[in-house]
Amino acid sequence: MANVIQRPTIAIVGGGVGGTVLANLLARQLDEDEARLVLIDQSGHHLYQPGWLYLPFNGQDPEHLERSERSLLRHRIDLYVSRVEQVDVETRSLRLADPTGVGPTERLHYDYLVFASGARIAPEEVPGLPEALAQGSAHQFYTQEGAERLRQALHAFHDGHIAVAIGGIPYKCPPAPLEFTFLLEAYLRKRGLRERTKLTYYSPLPRAFTIESVSELAAPLLAERGIESRIFFNVTEIDHQKRLLRSLEGEEDRYDLLVIVPPHRGALIAEQSGLADAQGWLPTDRATLEVKGQEGIFALGDVTDLPVSKSGSAAHFEAAVVAERLSAAIRMRTVNPREGCYDGRVMCFMETGYAQATRIEFDYEHPPVPPKPGWFYHLEKMLFNKAYWYLVPPARV
Amino acid sequence: MPDPITIPDARIDREVDARGSFCPGPLMELIRVVRAAPVGSVLSVLSSDPGSAKDIPAWIQKAGYEFLGAYALEGYTRFVMRKTH
Ligand SMILES: Cc1cc2nc3c(=O)[nH]c(=O)nc-3n(C[C@H](O)[C@H](O)[C@H](O)COP(=O)(O)OP(=O)(O)OC[C@H]3O[C@@H](n4cnc5c(N)ncnc54)[C@H](O)[C@@H]3O)c2cc1C
Repeated sequence: MANVIQRPTIAIVGGGVGGTVLANLLARQLDEDEARLVLIDQSGHHLYQPGWLYLPFNGQDPEHLERSERSLLRHRIDLYVSRVEQVDVETRSLRLADPTGVGPTERLHYDYLVFASGARIAPEEVPGLPEALAQGSAHQFYTQEGAERLRQALHAFHDGHIAVAIGGIPYKCPPAPLEFTFLLEAYLRKRGLRERTKLTYYSPLPRAFTIESVSELAAPLLAERGIESRIFFNVTEIDHQKRLLRSLEGEEDRYDLLVIVPPHRGALIAEQSGLADAQGWLPTDRATLEVKGQEGIFALGDVTDLPVSKSGSAAHFEAAVVAERLSAAIRMRTVNPREGCYDGRVMCFMETGYAQATRIEFDYEHPPVPPKPGWFYHLEKMLFNKAYWYLVPPARV
Repeated sequence: MPDPITIPDARIDREVDARGSFCPGPLMELIRVVRAAPVGSVLSVLSSDPGSAKDIPAWIQKAGYEFLGAYALEGYTRFVMRKTH
């Protein structure tokens, strides 16, 4: 059993999309006596965040958006439901909080470490936003609780100006605020409130969406549906008493109900590790996904500083790259460059309302060419939302 | 932190490599860095997206910052600005 005792430990921090796919891939690729696989997740619950987009419109049963992490992991993966409190790269160890909060903390040694700890929202970075959220004049759908509160606010809404704006860059799922706007317009129409509502979409850029081809597709839809589009508007401050939005570009607008994408930061643990930049993103090699300057430490998903969309699909594709790199390291073989290099691939859908959607796919070398929105892509997305649990976490695709 | 890069008349304090970034895109990457940087810093972004030639200077002007230039390199461009306020 000597080799079992000496087998290296791969520790994965975070059981979201990236961490779960990676753990299951490694469990398939490496034999049990080759490596010990440990995944630490602070909640023990795996959340399907894309479902939060539909919650405000009653388009999703919240119960279908959560599963126990244990049920998604192969048996041989050791799951710790605990918060990693500290990463010590010198001694290669993690300090885990006692989940009950009363017992002693635990130390865990690792040989390889993967940060899959995601992003967190930081409303406090926009002055006035925490107050506006508490007051109920502002809402966000980047947490399940937030999305459910927004559903109640929309239910109670009868007329006025709804502003959809972006409070910080980068944020998860770049098309989400635009999708939200399209879904909201359709929802208001269905409830007979559209004529009494002014709806404005605030874009941080000189056009509706960052990708020109997608913007060319979205801008006429916004215009057609009477949604005002304000460009070059990066929210920096909210006056919650007067219900005013202020921008980095020096402009100001009044709202009755604000739906805002809060600023995001890398997970706290990335920040506390001393390896992250000032916003908590880990400096990550765009091809190997190794944390820059840290041999044997990788990052994937939302916590990286890569210039790709913070999306589940990127986390998913990146997991395969890290799995190949770790398998090669454990087996002391060379990395297969095709599988072990991230090419910047991202694939996502964009809802455009009225049961239509389009699909956006690209990598570092190839810009997206989104097809005209149609019912087919909406249906595909709806099916994916259901099939997620069978396809993604178990790494079947 | 890499060493600051010196281009003809400015020392760059922070550079972001957004080559191959279609979404969120080079301008978004620049805005992210600008928001976090102290006033007075010289910031740059590397972009391989042809749309940046129009977008980036337009945003810098709209936000009232100082555009220090666009430098064409092999297959990409370095855009440089100063955060003046
Ligand atoms: C409204 C909305 C819509 C979206 N729509 C889409 C979409 O259509 N398509 C798409 O591809 N993506 C979409 N996304 C984005 C997608 O959900 C994320 O990009 C994805 O979940 C990132 O995966 P990750 O593994 O990096 O992080 P996460 O899935 O966020 O997982 C991180 C995990 O780490 C854990 N963790 C953090 N810190 C610690 C610690 N110290 N100790 C232990 N555990 C820790 C967290 O609890 C969490 O379980 C959407 C997101 C939102 C909010």
